[in-house]
Amino acid sequence: MFVPLLVLRNAFRHKLRTTLTVVGIIVAIVAFGMLRTIVDAWYAGANASSSARLVTRSSVSLVFPLPLSYAPKIRQVDGVTRVAWANWFGGIYINERNFFAQFAISPSYLDMYPEFVLSDDERRAFVADRTGAIAGRKLAEKYGWKVGDQIPLRGTIFPGTWTFNLRGIYDGAEEGTDTSTFLFHYDFLNETIKQKLGGRGDQAGLYIEQLAHPDDAAAVSAAIDAMFRNSLAETLTETEKAFQLGFVAMSEAILLAIQAVSFVVIVIIMAVMANTMAMTARERYAEYATFKALGFSNGFVALLIFAESLGIALFGGLLGVALTFPAAGTFAKTVGSILPAFKVSADTIVLQLAAALVIGVVAAAIPAWRAARVRIVDGLRAIG
Amino acid sequence: MTADAQVGTVDERREHAGGAPPEPLVAIRNLSKYYLRGDQVIPVLVDIDLDVPEGDFVALMGPSGSGKSTLLNLIAGIDKPSSGEIRIAGVDITQLSDADLALWRSANVGFIFQFYNLMPVLSAFGNVELPLQLTSLSRRERRDRVETALALVGLSDRATHLPNELSGGQQQRVAIARALITDPTLIVADEPTGDLDRTTAGEILGLLERLNRELDKTIIMVTHDPKAAEKAHRVVHLEKGVLVH
Repeated sequence: MFVPLLVLRNAFRHKLRTTLTVVGIIVAIVAFGMLRTIVDAWYAGANASSSARLVTRSSVSLVFPLPLSYAPKIRQVDGVTRVAWANWFGGIYINERNFFAQFAISPSYLDMYPEFVLSDDERRAFVADRTGAIAGRKLAEKYGWKVGDQIPLRGTIFPGTWTFNLRGIYDGAEEGTDTSTFLFHYDFLNETIKQKLGGRGDQAGLYIEQLAHPDDAAAVSAAIDAMFRNSLAETLTETEKAFQLGFVAMSEAILLAIQAVSFVVIVIIMAVMANTMAMTARERYAEYATFKALGFSNGFVALLIFAESLGIALFGGLLGVALTFPAAGTFAKTVGSILPAFKVSADTIVLQLAAALVIGVVAAAIPAWRAARVRIVDGLRAIG
Repeated sequence: MTADAQVGTVDERREHAGGAPPEPLVAIRNLSKYYLRGDQVIPVLVDIDLDVPEGDFVALMGPSGSGKSTLLNLIAGIDKPSSGEIRIAGVDITQLSDADLALWRSANVGFIFQFYNLMPVLSAFGNVELPLQLTSLSRRERRDRVETALALVGLSDRATHLPNELSGGQQQRVAIARALITDPTLIVADEPTGDLDRTTAGEILGLLERLNRELDKTIIMVTHDPKAAEKAHRVVHLEKGVLVH
């Protein structure tokens, strides 16, 4: 008990200094955790994707649709057990700030996404209603939607006001599942645009294929793309993960910058903490010399400094980790469906605690080394 | 440049030892200490010979820069000489490694400093207990010893007080209790009354006298104060690093 008690009392000798240092560490650890979580959220779609699904899109660009007639042909490819398709809708709910993903989906789509958990009653109601829609739990909670509500969307790609009946609210089977998407019937969209826009009907934004064996992904992708080579709408097929990572790659420079900043924050607080510990140790040279004169070893003196530094850093680190959750919760509400899977991961917590540990060790290293080496007679002359 | 100062009790000890002169507790031979400042060699202590028998109370006096504190530090094992030998209770401490020297100090030397050097975050009890943390004594044994030491210096009722809640004299008494707690062979005191008023200084010197007389503690004290030196059995003077008598 002697050493912990001594360390604890020493740590709070300068209450203001220690408090400010702890606050600095908290801010750094929270900032580090938030930045890591932003990066994680960016990759969440790719990480949550299934290895048993492929995505086929136009080889020219995602904005060019594919003919609906491709669906039965793709279904015939060996290794494909099911095909679904979807169209990006891009509607505005009330005003432009209320952004969320909206897809018109084929009937088989939900069968291929078991991670979207919907009750049987709600699913039946959705299937039965041509203008029915389902929304993820997070999205529904954000806008206060209830089953039975009518959701009007102003089309940007497909003009007009589209009103949907909310028939179900789905949950995620896993924590990382995106529950901020709005889904409705492709047939409703297709029939309406055929009536209103003529030539734009019978087109799919992308196809999703269910594989019999995930190991066949490369061969099946090649087979699908070969089938449509030299056609008017050539395809690019890739795994769902690769497809998602394609979006992430568009903002890779920003992600790298965020990751760099997250580490810079830690380096800055490390320098601040090192300065605090250096100041603290310098003030106590006479005490360390007294310890040594009484027979305590150089290692004991170093231990006191390391323990104090680690204690302050880990205390700040633990508080920082604890405060990351409410901070992330507030941030998630603010960014809403832009980063749908904004959750602090276990890896981030481990990294935060490791950062706190490194801050404590690095900050104490030089002061401890100096204090351990200081000659007793010099230390006794030192003025704190 | 030798000043070998034996005390009157040697004859008595010789009788006890069957006529052979007893080995002094502190035996210093040809001790020198130099500092280097650039290419310049600055002598601090030059060829010192000194014996201090067990139970003696010696005052080291001399002007500032005469080397008296350096000599005390060397005897206490917190500084290393440039040459020479320091035998304490038969052990040549100049030959000990830093780690062994630390162990030796913890068992054999009690320190009293001019500015007390108490740990500000520890109570009087905690400060006195400090040297015992290096021993294998149980908590109960440590407590008993600390209570005895605090009673000896008259501070039983101040055990829970932090140093900043004590007067200078009380702090020095805590330091004396800390110096005594391991029952060391030797007590070294560097200007123990230098930071105290005349009355309090008198009390502290009285306490040191009692330790020497009643507990037979060997004390070597550095002082500027002739009144303090009067309490010692003998006074050793240094000038420019040399013992003068």
